[in-house]
Amino acid sequence: MSTEPSDDFSKVETPSEIISRLEDGMTIGIGGWATRRKPMALVREILKSDLKDLTLVSYGGPDVGLLCAAGKVKKLIFAFVSLDQYPLDPHFRAARQSGQIEVWELDEGMLHWGLRAAAMDLPFLPTRIGIGTDIINQPGFKLIDSPYEDGETFVAMPAINLDAALIHAHRSDVKGNILTMSPDPFFDELFSRAAPHTYASVEKIVTTPELDIETNARFALVERARITAVTETPFGAHPTSAAPDYHLDLKHIKSYVESAATPEAWDAYKTAYLSGTQADYIDAVGGADTIGAIAKPVY
Amino acid sequence: MTDYNCSLAELIINACAEAWRDDGELMATGIGPLPRLGASLAKVSFNPLLQLTDGENYYADAPVPPGKRHAEPVYEGYANYDRVFSALWGGRRHSMVSPVQLDRFGQANISTIGDRAAPKVAMLGARGFPGNSIYHPNSFFIPNHSTRSFVADEVDFVCMAGYNPERYLNGTPPKGLDLRIIVSDLCVMDFNGPDKAIRVVSLHPGVSFELVQENTGFELSKASDTLTLTPAPSEAHMALLGTLDPNNVRESVLKDNPPAIRD
Repeated sequence: MSTEPSDDFSKVETPSEIISRLEDGMTIGIGGWATRRKPMALVREILKSDLKDLTLVSYGGPDVGLLCAAGKVKKLIFAFVSLDQYPLDPHFRAARQSGQIEVWELDEGMLHWGLRAAAMDLPFLPTRIGIGTDIINQPGFKLIDSPYEDGETFVAMPAINLDAALIHAHRSDVKGNILTMSPDPFFDELFSRAAPHTYASVEKIVTTPELDIETNARFALVERARITAVTETPFGAHPTSAAPDYHLDLKHIKSYVESAATPEAWDAYKTAYLSGTQADYIDAVGGADTIGAIAKPVY
Repeated sequence: MTDYNCSLAELIINACAEAWRDDGELMATGIGPLPRLGASLAKVSFNPLLQLTDGENYYADAPVPPGKRHAEPVYEGYANYDRVFSALWGGRRHSMVSPVQLDRFGQANISTIGDRAAPKVAMLGARGFPGNSIYHPNSFFIPNHSTRSFVADEVDFVCMAGYNPERYLNGTPPKGLDLRIIVSDLCVMDFNGPDKAIRVVSLHPGVSFELVQENTGFELSKASDTLTLTPAPSEAHMALLGTLDPNNVRESVLKDNPPAIRD
């Protein structure tokens, strides 16, 4: 028996190889939260593809706005779309207000619960969330009575089963052992458990010993059996943050917001930032040193 | 009214703080600078047990000032989103939020105005409001008291449950529904009127009940025949505010930073 770390398989792919695995009409979960750790390099790769009629599941940020602006979205399952410092994403607003997209609007915790149900292979999980609100007046919700003596009536939050999940993390080995090292992992683990296939972009692919799992165990996102492919995309979350490696690029978020002002502004944004490779993109937004020097925002 | 030597924002912060006075040990979340400073003031004055976050990932030992940091906060606990959900589902949280619309039942909206399929205005989305509203106490800060914010009918999309019997399941209010106070730029209100109706508790100086009623889309009751004035912050509280808000963020929240006494 060898005691050397095994290196006999690799899940490393290019972003375009990953996106070519997706199909029209799929339900795609996108990890991260608003302006934090969004797999933006993979999202930009979707923009370059012919994919269409997607159902997105997201704690939404510019991932949702960009995909809406590019006409890729048929339906959005969400609790919010926000750019934090710019509370409202103008690309999302335009799509929503024109009636271009269908929505299934949830509470943040219901979205969590729907992913949890899918992760546990349950048809639903009971909750009180939604009672008394218009959320449960949307199609797709049923109520259920407790079978115990309390007899309370609950919302049966249906499982949100994904066809694929896209996440961004800090480190991975070639086998898909992932470290998500930001202060808050959000619900990326649940996204990966709610999908048969999870595709992760990471800042850096390292050797298995370099993961230093004994030190970093609390950052280990999920067992690698849930990860179908990984791709190395430095600054792959930009303009969102992947703290502690780099922080939110508010200046670029401003350009993104302003690109919704007119069709010409949107065309200019596409030409500047969405037409080339990830390396072209990083150059266009100022280069690695510039992004690395962005200060941590305060809230 | 000579003791109202403060801004309207400071009067409001002081009134917001009262929301958390008797809460004991729980997570106090004030969304937006004035509610956040209200929670901060409550913690450093009369309820030191409150747990406040840095607005992001951690509970801080002392309130973290809004805006530029002058010192690194000392952290005391972890408040990632998974934990925040777990905490709020356990009920030990009291939030103060600023919905775009609020109705006579206390139902609140931050999602859409107008038709749902193609809304006139699409805002954030329901966020955590539906769960928050039935798992822990909630209060409100409404910066522009008007018939657009305090609407005549139900809010356009109910994100937060309220005391609306039409929406109760099996005839009982949602378990955990507990709406506390509403602070606006005109007055302080609560939900202690008949059948949980909203009533005016105190008027900000220079404001009449008639002015409040005129700017409210539904009928209000009064806590007493002669309404008291919203108390001014004490000298001690004013001094604390200087420490809690060294960047003077409170000056830039309300247009032209008006004085507490309305002209």
